[in-house]
Amino acid sequence: MSQQDNVRVARDERTREDRPQKPEVELPSLGFTGTLRFMWTQLTSMRTALMLLLILAVAAVPGSLFPQRPAGPEIVQDYLEQNPVLGEWLDRFQMFDVYSSVWFSAIYLLLFVSLIGCVFPRAVKHAKVLRAAPPRTPRRLSRLPEHGTVMLEPAGPSPAAAVDQAATYLRKRGYRVEVREEPDGGASVGAERGYVREIGNIVFHLSLIGVLAFMAVGSLLSYSGQKVLVEGEGFANTLVAYDSFTPGSAFSEDRLVPFSMSLKSFDAVFDRESQTHYGQPLDFTAVMEVQDGTDGEPQERILKVNHPLDIHNTRVYLVGNGYAPEITVRDGNGDIAYQGPVVAQVQDQVYTSLLVIKAPDAQPEQLGFVGFFLPTAYTGEDGVAVSIDPDLYKPELNLNSYYGDLGLDEGVPQNVYVLDTDDLTELNSRSVDAGGITLTPGESYELPEGKGSISFDGVKRYVGLDIHHDPGKWGVGFFAILALVALIVSLFVRRRRAWVRGTTGPDGSTMVEYGLLARGEDFGLREENLALRRQFERMWPVVAPVDPQNRPE
Amino acid sequence: MQPINLQLASYSDLFMLIAALVYAAAFILFALDMANSSKTIRALEAELAADTARQPEGQLVGAGVGTVPPGQGPTAGTAGAGTGPELVDEDMDYLGTARRPVANVAVALMVIGVALHAFAVIARGMAAHRVPWGNMYEFCTTGALLVAAVYLLFLIRKDIRFLGTFVAGLVVIMMCAATIGFPTPLAHLQPALQSPWIVIHVSIAVLASALFTLTFSMSVLQLIQHRREARIRAGGSTRPAFMQLVPSALSLENWSYRINAVGFVMWTFTLIAGAIWAEQAWGRYWGWDTKEVWTFVIWVIYAGYLHARATRGWTGERAAWLSIIGFAALVFNFTIVNTYFPGLHSYAGIPE
Repeated sequence: MSQQDNVRVARDERTREDRPQKPEVELPSLGFTGTLRFMWTQLTSMRTALMLLLILAVAAVPGSLFPQRPAGPEIVQDYLEQNPVLGEWLDRFQMFDVYSSVWFSAIYLLLFVSLIGCVFPRAVKHAKVLRAAPPRTPRRLSRLPEHGTVMLEPAGPSPAAAVDQAATYLRKRGYRVEVREEPDGGASVGAERGYVREIGNIVFHLSLIGVLAFMAVGSLLSYSGQKVLVEGEGFANTLVAYDSFTPGSAFSEDRLVPFSMSLKSFDAVFDRESQTHYGQPLDFTAVMEVQDGTDGEPQERILKVNHPLDIHNTRVYLVGNGYAPEITVRDGNGDIAYQGPVVAQVQDQVYTSLLVIKAPDAQPEQLGFVGFFLPTAYTGEDGVAVSIDPDLYKPELNLNSYYGDLGLDEGVPQNVYVLDTDDLTELNSRSVDAGGITLTPGESYELPEGKGSISFDGVKRYVGLDIHHDPGKWGVGFFAILALVALIVSLFVRRRRAWVRGTTGPDGSTMVEYGLLARGEDFGLREENLALRRQFERMWPVVAPVDPQNRPE
Repeated sequence: MQPINLQLASYSDLFMLIAALVYAAAFILFALDMANSSKTIRALEAELAADTARQPEGQLVGAGVGTVPPGQGPTAGTAGAGTGPELVDEDMDYLGTARRPVANVAVALMVIGVALHAFAVIARGMAAHRVPWGNMYEFCTTGALLVAAVYLLFLIRKDIRFLGTFVAGLVVIMMCAATIGFPTPLAHLQPALQSPWIVIHVSIAVLASALFTLTFSMSVLQLIQHRREARIRAGGSTRPAFMQLVPSALSLENWSYRINAVGFVMWTFTLIAGAIWAEQAWGRYWGWDTKEVWTFVIWVIYAGYLHARATRGWTGERAAWLSIIGFAALVFNFTIVNTYFPGLHSYAGIPE
């Protein structure tokens, strides 16, 4: 089926919609190819495109109502645990993966098929129009939405000369013109401008395909990962070094750009002047040492929010920060069972930080600790300590301790930030006689029953880094901006046709008729009419109109 | 970081309140003018009659150069008393000397309100040495300023006094929402917002929202006018009188289309600039964050609106509904999504 046919069928379809409903018995006569053709016509009609657009808008909404797996799989897991029945049904309908779901994909793919089926025939048609001369002059210009007539004085130019001059003027106004001789001896000019409007329209729609295509390229070739770095720690860009890693579908490890980096220091500035926003973060600055490749010169570089590091198109982003108290745990035998900084998860604006320590090497019993690190501790009347400032004014650790089997020996992967206390025996907490553990830097605590000891050696800072590589983004950006430019052209360039005909009037003098036709939305056609008329009155000796009906203003 | 000028900030708060009060007064006067429509119409008719007596064939606008007179649709102007001659221009140009003193005072109040309001917004920005759109209070007040300013700019060339009640009303609502709903003391920007993109991305978003607010009021009027025209065609009443001072549904539709087209381009820009900023801040240009989802939904709705204009059976009332739904999504995105939906764009800045 040629594209020309599509256009024709589409037009037939339009007229069919206007007629009263025909009896259904005629349907089978379409046959197989006919049915396909009918479906294709339906799919590529503007009405279907509009419907698909509206459905797409509605279909995108659930993704904002329910937690999404790509954004946070653990939040989805929580949701499923809290809403077992509803959650299961929602999951069945892919409500937690809306934007990669079958139904969402179906809608946008159909929309794009419809778009292609609509835009390609238009492009072919417009390519022909671009090569063709402006349309022939209609017989009766007075039928056009904007039109007018001027009578010239006998001293004025001949019809052919007037049409030539009008054509020159129209060309100057951006029209493509063609002057033709009329059968009755006069002449006329056909003119059209704003061809670029349709080009803009076509380019806009094709650019959307470009955006989608490069998004697909990105999802194949991109990778992203997270890494938490404590002051002094380093990272080399290899798979094992990441805390979590999301590869694109066509990822292979040799795509990782070789570089390494370490966190030299981190500084956070909080508002100390504002009464109302006291303690609000003002600035986060990480000083990084970056080494390009395996043998590059180490360079000191500053990493801030909104200012990622760029290492050969792999970008490193500062997305989080917090405190990592340095802890030493000794077991019942007096041996060191754990030593080092423990990354604590920030819970709120004042950096109340959740801390979990697992010491599976402790003998004779494995030890576990869970509690809070408070950068500026304040103990209220109820005896509960809370943090009241994000800065390290009065750092304090508040911990519970446990002993027993941590469950790490079975090989089941565990979340390092969660301690499952179900199978453990409590040693320290507010609910037992021994009470909870409270430590300030430099202090140690002997665990009850001779199970060991814990000491709080100091506090380091850590940063949460996101590392991204997406070669598709340049293509997406290019086509997005192309789409914007094309959109502006397609909406604001006016496409219109003009015709001017010169004839010899009944009294032998020249009569010039003209008419204008808008193609698509054009609210300036009347102004164009007035502009043409003003120019004609300037160029030629125009007979003053007889009645007020014939005056433009 | 330069300290915040608290003195200037408190002046800003004060002028914001005064501006809101002035807008409220303008709103009341616009509403009075609306209630007095019958009187205005009688005066206009008397004037028209005098005009016609002087100039027998005179249409007010030169329907010259042989064009079809800018019509109210086929029959709108033929039935019932008071709809005989056209009282308002279809292109919303100013006509003759029609006196609407109450409305004119309201417009003057709007001008004063905008001046005070502009001072308040600029003072807030200067007091903190940054753009005045860093939290919801500031989006809302800056947005309201743009709605009022864009309305006044249109008023210079076009007689859209009929929109006054709606625009002033919406501006008052936005000012109340800002000062009562999201009051936020002036502060520095948090690190995530410290980027040149806040200037580009948010300013265009606010401007687009201002345009969509205007078209929303026009689309509501278009629906009312559409029903009234249908009623008149069926030989029914021409009431409400106020709607006689409003252009035809077709004219409203054309104008809201023109403004929505500009708004859509700006929204497209907002989307792209937002994606570029997201890439710089979070490493991905698009991640279906709740705010991104709703920005996309709004974009698709207005894209649908533009397509509806070219679809048989979808112009007129249905297109107006799409414009209204688009605005509803915009308001939802600003209020509910900002405050209740978790996401990366949680910059509402409302103190807990």
